[in-house]
Amino acid sequence: MSNTAIEFHDLGHAYKPGQWIFQSYGVAVERGSIFALLGPNGCGKTTLLKILLGALKPTAGTIAVEGRMAFVPQLFQVTFDYSVLDMVLMGRARHVGLFSQPSAQDEEAALAALDRFGIADFARHPFHELSGGERQLVIFARALVSEAEILILDEPTSALDLKNQIVVLDWITRLSHQDGLTVLFTTHHPHHALAVAYNALLMLGGARFACGPASDVLSEENLHTLYSVDIKHLPFEHKGELHETLVPVLPYASRARRTETDGC
Amino acid sequence: MLQSTQTKRKSGYRSNGVTVGLFLLLIILMILSLTMGRYPVSLREIVRIVFTTPIHAARNYSDVKWVVVEIVRLPRILLVTLCGMGLALSGAAMQGVFRNPLVGPEIAGVSGGAAFGGILAIVLSLPLLGVVGSAFGFGMLALVIAFALARLSGKGSMLALVLSGIIVGAFFGALVGLLEMLANPTEKLPSIIYWLMGSFAGASYQKVAVVAAVLFFSGTLLLMLRWRINLLSLGEIDAAALGVNLEALRWGIISLVALIVAAQVSVSGGVGWVGLIIPHLARMLVGPEHTKLLPASAFLGGTYLLAMDDIARSAGQQELPIGLLTAVIGAPIFGYLFWKTQGKGWGRE
Repeated sequence: MSNTAIEFHDLGHAYKPGQWIFQSYGVAVERGSIFALLGPNGCGKTTLLKILLGALKPTAGTIAVEGRMAFVPQLFQVTFDYSVLDMVLMGRARHVGLFSQPSAQDEEAALAALDRFGIADFARHPFHELSGGERQLVIFARALVSEAEILILDEPTSALDLKNQIVVLDWITRLSHQDGLTVLFTTHHPHHALAVAYNALLMLGGARFACGPASDVLSEENLHTLYSVDIKHLPFEHKGELHETLVPVLPYASRARRTETDGC
Repeated sequence: MLQSTQTKRKSGYRSNGVTVGLFLLLIILMILSLTMGRYPVSLREIVRIVFTTPIHAARNYSDVKWVVVEIVRLPRILLVTLCGMGLALSGAAMQGVFRNPLVGPEIAGVSGGAAFGGILAIVLSLPLLGVVGSAFGFGMLALVIAFALARLSGKGSMLALVLSGIIVGAFFGALVGLLEMLANPTEKLPSIIYWLMGSFAGASYQKVAVVAAVLFFSGTLLLMLRWRINLLSLGEIDAAALGVNLEALRWGIISLVALIVAAQVSVSGGVGWVGLIIPHLARMLVGPEHTKLLPASAFLGGTYLLAMDDIARSAGQQELPIGLLTAVIGAPIFGYLFWKTQGKGWGRE
């Protein structure tokens, strides 16, 4: 088995002939690593995910995925209010025969996965009643019972409050470190990518992209090209360890604050 | 531990007992229905006739009670029950496949095609099996046209199929109107109109056999696939990522449902609303999970349609067409459910 989980060469997609969303992309995602995908709205992130998951055929290029994939969608809404356990059991789809129902072993596996994320108590509760963060963990549990080797997440923190964002990012790291999963996620938060990803791909439109170690790719210059705003790259020390983060500069707000005299 | 925004949580779904209860309710109603009608037959006599005399074993036509129970009432009750079960089962499956609680089994235009086929056979004075076969054949033809149209126009998406179903249904509706105009107004037209309104008055063991055979085949497969319907009710990308062969499974289930609908229309004409409303009511009783929902819907559908037919044949001097009854009761219930769910399901994708 090679050391690469996902690899694409010369990949491109156009919904209409000649109008390329992206073109000539070449990326290799190392097995067991965390990979971030960044780009402004409409740059083709979702299209790329669909191609990765096999739901869409690319117009050009080749893609090779080695290992079972699991997908964690951005906003998890289901038409029918299944119980949490039912949701996790769906992860067993590849292990349950076409005309069969999940077995007691499948149910045990699902409960164990929920337990791992500390939400086993909610197994019989309706999925809709959970908070956004809890739902995200349920979908993580579902990915775990599917025995996936590659986890694909679409903006996993976008709908969450700060605390749950941290919880989810923390789990992404654990699933990669402890379970050896390859994780690929899209995000609109460059500082999240910098905090957890080893490598990152910046989709700059058309045939332009930047790919490499997250701390190199997420440079002030690249991010300015990507979002047309100034973002500062700040290294800092916390409990003796060196960290780095990215902070956007808000030109008008900082000027406005300077002229503000009264406090609250 | 994460904080949930909800403080009160329900204790979860209970269902197995409810499904058994619904099954028993259906059996009890079937037995009671045998006692209903203008000719009085006691429960004890019914038990004697049904359980001691095999069908057609003793053709004792001088025994009026035997004729009433075995030849008149039993085939009708069996036919109504099977149709009710099939329609509700189909409706529950379709709502899962379309990820929309507001669709019915007729959505792909099958009933329109089947209605045209049935009426064409009546106009051509074909025998019973001809009516059944023609309704069935045109029902399936409507499905094939709707499938092809959906593929050509919308890459086979579910919304494209709904719209194609409306187009095909409208086309066959127009053909039905044309046949009505051409039909002999004294001989054929009354039976066409009566058939369109839906009725089980002409029930026979032949028709029971047609529906039973189709329901045995399609219903069994649908029940075996019921857990997979959960997977289909997730988003497209999500289901594909879980390893579901989306296209094949969807079209397979829609075809099984079309078979059931075509069989029902061919034996009893237009009986609407059952497949739309019963899955909703069953969902309130056993929850939305399809391994529980499909059997519960089937039993509840059989019970509901049987109760409607009991009313249809014993409420007035003249028998009421059951299609009118199910619509009169079904439409307001659907309106209520539509208001409750606020059209949930059409606003996405």
